[in-house]
Amino acid sequence: MINKIVGSIAEALAGVRDGATVLMGGFGAVGQPDELIEGLIDTGVRDLTVVANNAGAGKVGLAKLMEAGRVRKIICSFPRSAGSTVFEELYRAGKLELEIVPQGTLAERMRAAGAGIPAFYTPTGAGTKIAAGKEAREFNGRLHIMEHALRGDLALIEAWEGDRWGNLTYRESGRNFNPVMAMAADVTVAAVHHLRELGDIPPDNVHTPGIFVQRVVQVVRGAPWT
Amino acid sequence: MWNRTQMAARVAQDIPEGWFVNLGIGIPTMVADHVPAEREVILHSENGILGMGPAPAPEAVNPWLVNAGKQPVTLRPGGSFFHHADSFAMIRGGHIDLCVLGAFEVAENGDIANWATSENDSAPAVGGAMDLAAGAKHLWVVMDHTTKDGRPKLVEACSYPLTAPGVVARVYTNLAVVDVAPGRGFVVREIAPGLSLADLQAKTGATLHTDG
Repeated sequence: MINKIVGSIAEALAGVRDGATVLMGGFGAVGQPDELIEGLIDTGVRDLTVVANNAGAGKVGLAKLMEAGRVRKIICSFPRSAGSTVFEELYRAGKLELEIVPQGTLAERMRAAGAGIPAFYTPTGAGTKIAAGKEAREFNGRLHIMEHALRGDLALIEAWEGDRWGNLTYRESGRNFNPVMAMAADVTVAAVHHLRELGDIPPDNVHTPGIFVQRVVQVVRGAPWT
Repeated sequence: MWNRTQMAARVAQDIPEGWFVNLGIGIPTMVADHVPAEREVILHSENGILGMGPAPAPEAVNPWLVNAGKQPVTLRPGGSFFHHADSFAMIRGGHIDLCVLGAFEVAENGDIANWATSENDSAPAVGGAMDLAAGAKHLWVVMDHTTKDGRPKLVEACSYPLTAPGVVARVYTNLAVVDVAPGRGFVVREIAPGLSLADLQAKTGATLHTDG
């Protein structure tokens, strides 16, 4: 019997290695699996490259992981936001590498990784400093730059419901990067608010099919940022 | 001189029914409040929402429903949710009719600079601005005509790092509505009451053209 449901965050994160690239879902606090991210601290893992839209806020989740000194590099579109003080201090102190990626390019680089596309051309960023060092090519009279697929060793995502095959649903704007990251990692771990029996999620309503998910763990928590 | 609310209302006046529109943070967000109720305009938010509605009453806040600025919003009947790759396929694939952004500078060739204030900015935050600037069918900018210390923001060439080259079609400022005409530059469409073309030119860093 296939059963991707594990009983603890420690089990869900088993096997993560130093130097891993970890994709972290969420847009701000919504859809962000803070408990899984904080669980990385207990694994002792370090030198992580983190891919996330934002660079953490307050003292929880990604900010807590960074404050614990476990992150070497962050790849994101929008590092500064209300409460991103941990990021700003570490970055200013030269303790954190930063790669800024336009938000759509970030999503597409992971989608490409999940879909077996090694690289693609986009006009986003062409003619700007984002284009530095990237191959440029004209299509239909317009300048494009080449961007590479971005794959994770591990993806940590948050979903609303999950079953033992790893089928997932998301809630409202909590979907954001989560389905894209699920496709793009060797091991995808989903923290779900609710476990469902196999077959109880209507097939038409499955947002992420279980093929993209390796482990499911229930994390009982309230709504984001409340 | 127009205030922020009047600027937002002036932009809203020009948005046709049926357009899919993405609004940036700041004055662009306020544009939504001024689209006439009977005119259906579908708002897109890059975190995966079409049919976004106005901010909820404080007691009706849904923490699962936020906009690109992470502020609580609502969903109109007919609205939908989707993931980030689809959301940016809408933007990058040319499906969004209009994007309204704020900016530091707009150049007479349509270049926009709105994400980093200098080449040395230590940790610039680009978000979805480059995707929107490159991908939306129309890009309008709403911003003050000059900086707080009086320097023009409509210029011959941007001094700040570009968000995208040659994409701005129109600029709404607190002093004027100005089109960016390919091969021609800034063309004045409207001037705030009490201001002459000469007054406006004095506050602009590039030549202003007029029709007729």
